[in-house]
Amino acid sequence: MMSKGVLLAGLSTVLALALYLAAPVHSGAQAQQTPATGTEVKIDNFSFGPAELKVSAGTTVTWTNRDDIPHTVVSSDKVFKSKALDTDEKFSYTFSKAGTYSYFCGIHPKMTGKVVVQ
Amino acid sequence: MIVEKKDEILHDHNNDGIDRRGFLKCMAWVGTGAFCVIKGGVLKSYSLSRLSEIGAAEAMGELSFVQISDSHMGFNKPANPDVTGTLKAAVDKINALPKQPEFLLHTGDISHLSKPEEFDNVDQILKGASAKEIFFVPGEHDVLNDDGKSYLERYGKNAKGSGWYSFDKNGVHFIGLVNVMNLKPGGLGTLGHEQLEWMEKDVKHLKSSTPIVVFAHVPLWAVYPQWGWGTDDSAQALAYLKKFGSVTVLNGHIHQTMQKIEGNVTFHTATSTAFPQPQPGKAESPGPMKVPAEQLRSLLGITDVNYVQGQHALAVVDSTLE
Repeated sequence: MMSKGVLLAGLSTVLALALYLAAPVHSGAQAQQTPATGTEVKIDNFSFGPAELKVSAGTTVTWTNRDDIPHTVVSSDKVFKSKALDTDEKFSYTFSKAGTYSYFCGIHPKMTGKVVVQ
Repeated sequence: MIVEKKDEILHDHNNDGIDRRGFLKCMAWVGTGAFCVIKGGVLKSYSLSRLSEIGAAEAMGELSFVQISDSHMGFNKPANPDVTGTLKAAVDKINALPKQPEFLLHTGDISHLSKPEEFDNVDQILKGASAKEIFFVPGEHDVLNDDGKSYLERYGKNAKGSGWYSFDKNGVHFIGLVNVMNLKPGGLGTLGHEQLEWMEKDVKHLKSSTPIVVFAHVPLWAVYPQWGWGTDDSAQALAYLKKFGSVTVLNGHIHQTMQKIEGNVTFHTATSTAFPQPQPGKAESPGPMKVPAEQLRSLLGITDVNYVQGQHALAVVDSTLE
């Protein structure tokens, strides 16, 4: 996988422009062992970061799409569903009950994530 | 700034297999649509990127049509700030063909955000094409917020279910499928039980000598499942087509030209008229590929398909917007 630094170096070679991606490389959330805390999920390079987020009940989580392509945030159990988020658009949902909420992008279903509410 | 001679291969800094040569190869993959000629029961496809290579002889056949794809009207990011201009260029290419196609197939992602004005704009531009009949299937960008309701109202008046249908032209049976609805978490494109059942019945009574053309947005073969470039239940659909001698599958979605021949079936993906996407696995994600402005039109195109009886081969020559 490419790092941001390498990507930018590639940019300067002009010919490697084809590989340039506007958004920063995602945080490698899939590799995380423990769920991240916080209230923000960024969508970069067709992935949710962090892919797994741990919050306490009553927390409002906000997703921001930073890709050039629209994405959606859809709960696998139909608990919440965003409209299509264009670049820089946001979606928020307040988790009132404890539980594990799996979600995915309804347009690119390979993109999956999870919010664990305690 | 590293300065290199024009034809030298750049070092593979990222260790991802892309160097100058790889980049050029990648460019060669993309074009704007396909001109398809059906001659003697077999479909031959020419990319409109090589318009000059399509002569009167190539265009002869029982039937010819053009496939265009992924117009993404409404997209305005740096990868292509003028998708209207590139779609118009595609229409000009179509109108410059030595023989006018009988109809157009649009394999989805007509719009970028499913907005009425985006569909309006595409409809208006396509009115400039010599071919007046246009057949559509939806891409995921066309059914974003209303489960495809507005798409169906506009393009699916004679369609079944979420927009699938079939029709016959000059002895060729065309099947338009929808694989962008009711997608499951972690999954790929989906046809679904109802559509598959309809398709089985649709082809059941056809003679095995009938040439079949199937068109759908997401590839009906596993191009690169890691990026969602495939359809979960396409094997079932293809199983219904085993008895036919000539089957051609036309898809869009991946914004580049690819071909695969498997037994009686030839698969072909078309380029986008809007922006190129990277080769499978050759970038962090399948997002729009940014290229220098002067190169953009060489990466977009249309595809001509020629149907030629007696030859069981599909030749694809992709055509860019230059």
